[in-house]
Amino acid sequence: MMISGVTKRISAIKFAQLSPDEIRKMSATKIITADTYDDDGFPIDMGLMDPHLGVIEPGLRCKTCGKKVDECPGHFGHIDLAMPVIHVGYVKEIKKLLQSTCRSCGKLLLTGEQAAEYLKQRDRMEELGGDTLDTATVHKEAAKDAASRTTCPHCTTVQLKITLDKPTTFREEGHKLTPKEVRERLERIPNEDMIALGMDPNVSRPEWMILTALPVPPVTVRPSITLESGDRSEDDVTHKLVDVLRINQRLRENRDAGAPQLIVEDLWELLQYHVTTYFDNQTSGIPPARHRSGRPLKTLVQRLKGKEGRFRSNLSGKRVNFSARTVISPDPMLSINEVGVPEAAARELTVPIRVTEKNLAVAREMASRGPAPPGPIYKAGVNYVIRSDGRRIKITDKNAATVSEGVEAGYIVERHLMDGDIVLFNRQPSLHRMSIMAHEVRVMPHRTFRFNLCVCPPYNADFDGDEMNLHVLQSEEARAEAKVLMRVQEHILSPRFGGPVIGGIHDHITGAFLLTHEDSKFTREETLRIMEKIPLLDMPKAGTKVDGVDYWGGKQLFSLILPKDLHMTFKSSICQRCDECKKEACEHDSFVVIRGGELIAGTIDEKAIGAFKGRILDKLSRDYGPDTARLFIDRSTKMAIGAIMVRGFTTGIDDEDIPDQAKREIDDAMTQARMKVEEHVSAYRRGELEQMPGRSLEETLEVEIMKVLGKARDTAGQIAGRHLGMENSAVIMARCGARGSMLNLSQMAGAIGQQAVRGERLSRGYWNRTLPHFKKGDLGSEARGFIKNSYKSGLTPTEYFFHSMGGREGLVDTAVRTSRSGYMQRRLINALEDLKVMQDGSVRNTAGTIIQLEYGEDGIDPTRSVQGEAVDVDDIILSVLGDKGELIAKVREKGVVSYGIQDRDLLETPEEPEAEEEPEFDASGGEEG
Amino acid sequence: MPEHHLLSEKEAEKILKDLKLTKDQLPKIRISDPCIRALDAISGPVEEGMVVKIVRRSRTSGVSTSYRLVVRG
Repeated sequence: MMISGVTKRISAIKFAQLSPDEIRKMSATKIITADTYDDDGFPIDMGLMDPHLGVIEPGLRCKTCGKKVDECPGHFGHIDLAMPVIHVGYVKEIKKLLQSTCRSCGKLLLTGEQAAEYLKQRDRMEELGGDTLDTATVHKEAAKDAASRTTCPHCTTVQLKITLDKPTTFREEGHKLTPKEVRERLERIPNEDMIALGMDPNVSRPEWMILTALPVPPVTVRPSITLESGDRSEDDVTHKLVDVLRINQRLRENRDAGAPQLIVEDLWELLQYHVTTYFDNQTSGIPPARHRSGRPLKTLVQRLKGKEGRFRSNLSGKRVNFSARTVISPDPMLSINEVGVPEAAARELTVPIRVTEKNLAVAREMASRGPAPPGPIYKAGVNYVIRSDGRRIKITDKNAATVSEGVEAGYIVERHLMDGDIVLFNRQPSLHRMSIMAHEVRVMPHRTFRFNLCVCPPYNADFDGDEMNLHVLQSEEARAEAKVLMRVQEHILSPRFGGPVIGGIHDHITGAFLLTHEDSKFTREETLRIMEKIPLLDMPKAGTKVDGVDYWGGKQLFSLILPKDLHMTFKSSICQRCDECKKEACEHDSFVVIRGGELIAGTIDEKAIGAFKGRILDKLSRDYGPDTARLFIDRSTKMAIGAIMVRGFTTGIDDEDIPDQAKREIDDAMTQARMKVEEHVSAYRRGELEQMPGRSLEETLEVEIMKVLGKARDTAGQIAGRHLGMENSAVIMARCGARGSMLNLSQMAGAIGQQAVRGERLSRGYWNRTLPHFKKGDLGSEARGFIKNSYKSGLTPTEYFFHSMGGREGLVDTAVRTSRSGYMQRRLINALEDLKVMQDGSVRNTAGTIIQLEYGEDGIDPTRSVQGEAVDVDDIILSVLGDKGELIAKVREKGVVSYGIQDRDLLETPEEPEAEEEPEFDASGGEEG
Repeated sequence: MPEHHLLSEKEAEKILKDLKLTKDQLPKIRISDPCIRALDAISGPVEEGMVVKIVRRSRTSGVSTSYRLVVRG
């Protein structure tokens, strides 16, 4: 918990090679033998497990620094290579150096002026804010320029072409260069000439890229594990080092004994192979070194690279404490700000409380309850107590009493989660900032996390087995920050389009519809049922009296939860888009008028309280603030659920029942369409089809047929639709925006229609036909994937097959889309993660360079503006002058869509394209969980 | 294509002073960029280190101005 006072800034990091001298100097011991342990199980001196390299066994002491396990960081050793070998990581640089320097004098193949010119360019680049990548390109150009020279400008030697035989063999006009020769050439390069090639002679020399000594990492880096049987199992890196040592030894012996050149060269190459795979076991061009079992070894590069590598899985991402994960389920009685946490999880997750004199009594009491307080009512206990000296004491039922007495000011008590604690709640994939939000804890029985259904859309969660994560904040600062910035109510408006992402879905919308549509009336008992779950609401006076019985209007009840000064006018989802709008007198009750917090006309549905579209939510959170908006959402959830439960609501396949007469009509329409298609086909065969401009004859036919069949499906839908009225549950859901669409319904009751792959009628399968049930070259409607049946009437075998073809395409598309967009997201985030908006409104990266002079080029935050303006003037006019303001607003005719202007308001606003329109094939529901 | 204007040394200096920026902090544009090549033909030679003013019009944000530094490449 101690924070040191000194902060330092890293201005730059410089990478360089280790020189052979440095490798030997930092080495704790030279490694000469490939054996690790002797017969008694003790590590052999100067072997790979030499005790000078650090300790991994508890109780032993390091022979180099004398410290114990966890204190000793480990020490490097080294292997002296009998012959030099090339370091695979540097082949590209070595090639560049060989090609751009003279083969005899070693100088850069550029004149002094030319080199100076490149250096000047680099300096200019740096001055203008170029990064290391930019300067690297200048050096690369210099190297390329030099490599293109055929004679040395210094000693006029003719240069030979140097090629790289991947991965590590260099050739000069076909003649092989040994690493030794390469090293000699690199040694000849003068220090001055390296600068133009982008190397710093003060820290590194090119010949160091050829290894003569190999550092051996400390044993702590490659710990061996002792199996239950008592056998030792060594790390992959150790195995690889054994290989290197063994070959190194043989090479030395053979060379010293004066063995034939051929044998020495073979061994030399083998050593090169082992050193190469020691660094990177996935080098292309050579077979990976394998374990005895056939599994490829995991060597140095494999430890770092990729998703499971050190960087992505251990440094950028870590496992954390104080977190929990379980299945989620819904609870409309919770506020959107809350999350229900199971007791079992709450007893594991703790919050550290620093004990002071003020809270001493409370802390002692909590500690005395121990880790599992008894009783039916949940009470927070304590798992650990941390004393002032930093010692951590685990509390058990036995020691709870004694330990709690010892608690004093200065102690830290780790207490269980309690109602009201601030936690972070997250569902993967975390694609936007609303994927992690701060909630207030409500400890509850059972084993799932629970939250209000209105918060499903931002998390993109459903309850078919989804799991979510919860993180408990551990410091006061973190809690304060999360509460101010991350609370759910602060995220009702999305920064993507400035509208609400939190709002009603499914039954919530249906409930609101049933409550407010037309002249819905409720008896005293029903009214109480609707209102009983909402605290602090007084029963209003009855709206109407029929036959001496009091009735309360649905609109009257809904008005109870609206702020008293709210004025709004808009069209609801059920609007039929009549040619001439009758406004308040709308016969569908789809013209919403709210005056002074009273719902005067119109139906509350998706357009009013739905996620993504809810106009009331939008206005409340913008004009009245998140607190009011949250309160409204909480209450509207309870009210809508109350309303739907009073009336009762269900849907089944019989909702799509249509009379036999209608069925016959649909059949007739289908037959007519089929005949029409046949007419077109025969006209085409006779060559009488009139070609459309820009289309071939075949394409014209297809377009015509698609037109006919598309119309046929619509007709079927219309015929069916005539018998599906507003008394039908499925229609209610579709029209008020709760779930499903009229298209879905007409496919269930009318006809499914044409199936398509890649936007065309089905055509592939057998030779010149889709299935062997049809004649070759049949262009008719049935043969090309038209389904005249409905989901209800059932499909013929061929229709079923065609439907599966269309469905498959949808599934493949979604699979491809998710993987591709995931990768794109990753790259975007990596590129943009260090950007921030500065005080002056500019967007800059951590280096301070400008990305945008003004955020979004207009400096506007969509969640805090009205269509880009600071205030909605028309709305203010309307609320000040009431309906009289309409006239003024009309005169102004501003080019923006606002709450206030009625005529503007009523222009068709472009529909927000529903992102999550489910593929029709997915009728069975989710496949997760 | 948004409008590109070449700024003189003086103008550039003034703008940098107003924005409290140094040249190296500006966004960059390559001298080989088609826009810069066109600008080179229209308003005279464009060199590395010069500042270009770019005026963009967009449906959502109206008119916005930004500046870019011409760099090598």
